[in-house]
Amino acid sequence: MTEKVFTNCTNAGPVSVYVKDGKVTRVRPLVADQKDFKPWVIEAGGNKYSPKKKFNIAPYVHGERRRLYSDERIKYPMKRVDFDPNGERNPQNRGKSAYQRISWDEAISIIASEITRIQNTYGGSAITGMTSSHHNWGIVGYKMGPFPRFMNMLEFTPVFDNPDSWEGWHWGATHTYGFYWRLGMPEPYDMLGDALQNAEMIVFWSNDPDTTRGTYTGQDSSLWRTWLKEKGVKTVFIDPFHNFTAGAMEGKWLAPRLGTDTALAMAIAYVWITEELYDKEYVKNRTIGFDEFKPYVLGETDNTPKTPEWAEQESGIKARVIRTLAREWAAKRTILSAGARGGEGGACRTAFGTEWARMMVLLQAMQGLGKPGRSIWGTTMGAPSDVDVWFPAYADLQGRMSTAKIAKHRPANPTKQRLWRLTLPEAVLNPPVSWYGEGFCGQSLEQQFKHFQYPMEGYSEVKMFYRYGGSFMGTLSDTSKWVRMYQSPKLEFIVNQDVWYNSETRMADIILPACTNFERDDVGEWGACGGYTCHASSGANFRIVVREQKCIEPMWESKSDYEIFTLIADKLGRKEEFTEGKSELDWCKAFFDSSDLPKLIDWETFDKKGYYIINIKDDYKPTPALRWFAEGRACDTPDPNNPKRTVPEKANQLGTFSGKIEFASESLRQYFPDDDERPVSPKYIPSFEGHHSEIFKKYSLQLLSPHPRFTFHCHYDKHTDWLDDIPVHRIKKDGYAWWPARLHPSDAEPRNIQNGDIVRLYNDRGSVLCCAVVTERVRPGVIHSYASSAKYDPLSPGNADSIDKGGCVNILTPSRMVSKNAPGMTPNSCLIEIEKWEG
Amino acid sequence: MARKGILIDINRCTGCYNCFLACRDEHFGNDYLPFSAAQPLNGQFWMRINEIERGKFPRPKVAYIPNPCMHCKAAPCIAAAKDEAVYKRPDGVVVIDPVKSKGQKEIVNACPYRAIHWNDEMQIPQKCTMCVHRLDEGEREPRCVESCPSGAMYFGDLDDPSSEIATVIKAASNAGNSSKVEAFHPEYGTDPSVLYIGIPKRFVAGEVVLSDNSGECAHSVKITLEGNGEKRVILSDSYGDFEFEGLEKNTDYKITVEKDGYATYKTQIFTKTDLNLGEVVLSSLK
Repeated sequence: MTEKVFTNCTNAGPVSVYVKDGKVTRVRPLVADQKDFKPWVIEAGGNKYSPKKKFNIAPYVHGERRRLYSDERIKYPMKRVDFDPNGERNPQNRGKSAYQRISWDEAISIIASEITRIQNTYGGSAITGMTSSHHNWGIVGYKMGPFPRFMNMLEFTPVFDNPDSWEGWHWGATHTYGFYWRLGMPEPYDMLGDALQNAEMIVFWSNDPDTTRGTYTGQDSSLWRTWLKEKGVKTVFIDPFHNFTAGAMEGKWLAPRLGTDTALAMAIAYVWITEELYDKEYVKNRTIGFDEFKPYVLGETDNTPKTPEWAEQESGIKARVIRTLAREWAAKRTILSAGARGGEGGACRTAFGTEWARMMVLLQAMQGLGKPGRSIWGTTMGAPSDVDVWFPAYADLQGRMSTAKIAKHRPANPTKQRLWRLTLPEAVLNPPVSWYGEGFCGQSLEQQFKHFQYPMEGYSEVKMFYRYGGSFMGTLSDTSKWVRMYQSPKLEFIVNQDVWYNSETRMADIILPACTNFERDDVGEWGACGGYTCHASSGANFRIVVREQKCIEPMWESKSDYEIFTLIADKLGRKEEFTEGKSELDWCKAFFDSSDLPKLIDWETFDKKGYYIINIKDDYKPTPALRWFAEGRACDTPDPNNPKRTVPEKANQLGTFSGKIEFASESLRQYFPDDDERPVSPKYIPSFEGHHSEIFKKYSLQLLSPHPRFTFHCHYDKHTDWLDDIPVHRIKKDGYAWWPARLHPSDAEPRNIQNGDIVRLYNDRGSVLCCAVVTERVRPGVIHSYASSAKYDPLSPGNADSIDKGGCVNILTPSRMVSKNAPGMTPNSCLIEIEKWEG
Repeated sequence: MARKGILIDINRCTGCYNCFLACRDEHFGNDYLPFSAAQPLNGQFWMRINEIERGKFPRPKVAYIPNPCMHCKAAPCIAAAKDEAVYKRPDGVVVIDPVKSKGQKEIVNACPYRAIHWNDEMQIPQKCTMCVHRLDEGEREPRCVESCPSGAMYFGDLDDPSSEIATVIKAASNAGNSSKVEAFHPEYGTDPSVLYIGIPKRFVAGEVVLSDNSGECAHSVKITLEGNGEKRVILSDSYGDFEFEGLEKNTDYKITVEKDGYATYKTQIFTKTDLNLGEVVLSSLK
């Protein structure tokens, strides 16, 4: 037997892949030469903190081998049995009918002829398409690589993504402190050092970093929190669920009623104002609009002082506890950790979630945001990191084969029509639809105020849907509408291309088998998103660029995405335009050549060795995030997308209209001065689906569905059955792996629900079966069940109203947006009932 | 002679299951004869994680006790095996011979830690091997230890005083009660080579509230715990919260909460479970 070890990378860590006789036998954290590591050292409190010379990958990546060989792989091109492109298409049977295996030739012929027919009949805008995120790694094959390159050639109608994990920060916090070029997240630079050296307390508000891991950087930050805990930094956790970071760090737990976090925040501001516990000089010099904010907090504008007693009525948190938290927060150098990237968190994915995110920024502004130990930091990014060495990341324009300068041909899409992901079903079923916001608004605040209407004048409604991946049944909101959309005759043709069968796959007419990044060539830096999350790899202890070597041949009849689009382009007579004659390996080398790496390692060595670790320089000088702003200096952080940084007279300003932190937003005042759901100065607005709602009488339990712990959104669930032996993830019972739903004994008992019972979660939108976990770790009145089940398993396939057995709890969550002008999703504003399921 | 061992610091374990999954990746479908046959899909937990939820809302805690084979010095499985099907290597690792152990289900039942699992298809008992097939090839540590992100696991020779694991054990033993190094279930008397810091015992929590000032947290109130031959005195924290951790199980304790000007609160507790006394309201004497 011959064994060969390859290097590769995943969305949560670099790996060594052991292959024997053409079969992968082991996937291990990348084994690098110890001499290649030069660990940084942070000195704090007389100790030296330094990471071990290793890569801490996320748990599910250890299951990569199982996912690679999963029975859920799409093995062959498939056609729905009752789909005839030249006769009856039977769209009503999507989601119900079986599939038959067809040849690649037949599949490509059908797709190419449908593209041609639809283009000729309606124009390119009648084709839409979209990808899911995160299922693989590597800039050549990532979703922003071949897919948009090909679709742009077709002049398709793109679908805007909503910022699904950080809605309130995107639509709210940007109008408070700028950072639109980070979509509302704060800059992360050197925050680990700041925390170790300066922090006395960390308030984790709607944040479980041990679970959400700084997005892509696996478990590397786990050790940082161990250090902070052992150093004696106090912690507070505000979350209706006693989350896993709280479990590890053992701080004070406050469990507010869902949707009342903003009330809690207002009461903290009230204590600070009335007890004069805020940084008056900072508020005076670094902020504007405090005089508009303060009267509201004090109740001068609405006769409701936002006292701790008032907030106790709303949130269920005792007034005395709110007071103590406020005083300690002011007295100690306190970091606010309000989401894995600083912002994010389930509290921002609620009705009026903008107001909570804005309040997070404003609270920290009242304590001198940017001063030592007074940051907004998720505890998952901001290790010392050499950002001078540039390597393209997937979201960089220079990291995508459709826009990078290394491409000779960069297909521009002249189609101006757009769709909005959250309302795509409504757009198909019941047009027109309209909204404000140009998707990820990372170029300017004004992008958020741009109005869109679909269909757009001069363009066709969409007739063909080219879906890459497909997990929305478990990840978006009110998701049974997607089944209705798929069954609409208005969608004449649907392709689904993916590696595995996901919740939407069997809604397509043609299914194409793609391969994983272990079956093709690629290159990528661990943890680097680029684009609007620039320098995200500082969530890892070491920057590492990995040559993602093809470990095995594509299995069954699967092919790389690049090859699949090449085949279709060839059929359309446009192969050269798509490939420029380049193989995937050619693209890898071209990206490498365009980067700074050739100054450090030659291609042949890199290609063979498989990785390069970018260590920090000996004279590394930290530039802590926002310290420059707090001190009134020009920005000294290496944030390349900060547009004011290079303008001398504005270099000390934030990205807001005023350049300061805005208690009253100038951008909102200019564009939506009368919006009572996202007012100029933030307010607490009771949830449209909460404890004050009429429907609360019928459905009195609040569903909390955060990002999951043992998968990356839906990825690795369903396709990696090893995870089913982890009871936090799924619970095996009667031969089925059920999705857990956690509830407090005081909610279980009156419903006669025992731990381990199969239960039905339901409301007027649908029903989902789960396995009950009766626990003291959830607030009474709250059902905790993670979003992102990959398994949509309707008891009545093809029936949008069917009960789902797979755990897609987002079938229950509302379609209603954050507010009338902020088109974000609100899954954590969801009322349900729960009952024991007798089958 | 040597004694390979693992030290697990439960205070640092975040329950990420990396160790469990790394074990599965190493062993699922992979034979490493003569040390182990492939781990099948179902029913095998060579690195089982015991998740323990403790206490009551709103003062719960959670702990994880990773529970591999303990590689006991006095291993009951060795005694229970026929034909020397289970043996101890010179480095202290306990190995079940996948060939000789065929049909010997009593080996599974001999383990008080439930660390041996029956492979129904192959009719063999299976368990953690400390990845000896890898150690013999020169690897530094088993896959579980390699995958631990939070520094909760140490691997090495317990008998070598210069090893990292021995150094950590020595330092922890000097550091006091909360970092005491101990065996899981020492009462089994098997002298395990897997050792722990921070095995959860019992705790009692509560919140002091002053009857005439319930809008403010009652910080710095004196709380005394007595029982099991010890007496501890603490002050409530800024929230009025108090907690006594590391109590013996199934033991009587007396708790006294006292503050000048208020009636003293006394209660008896029995630590059958972890307890949350909830709000302890001190009545004003004014």
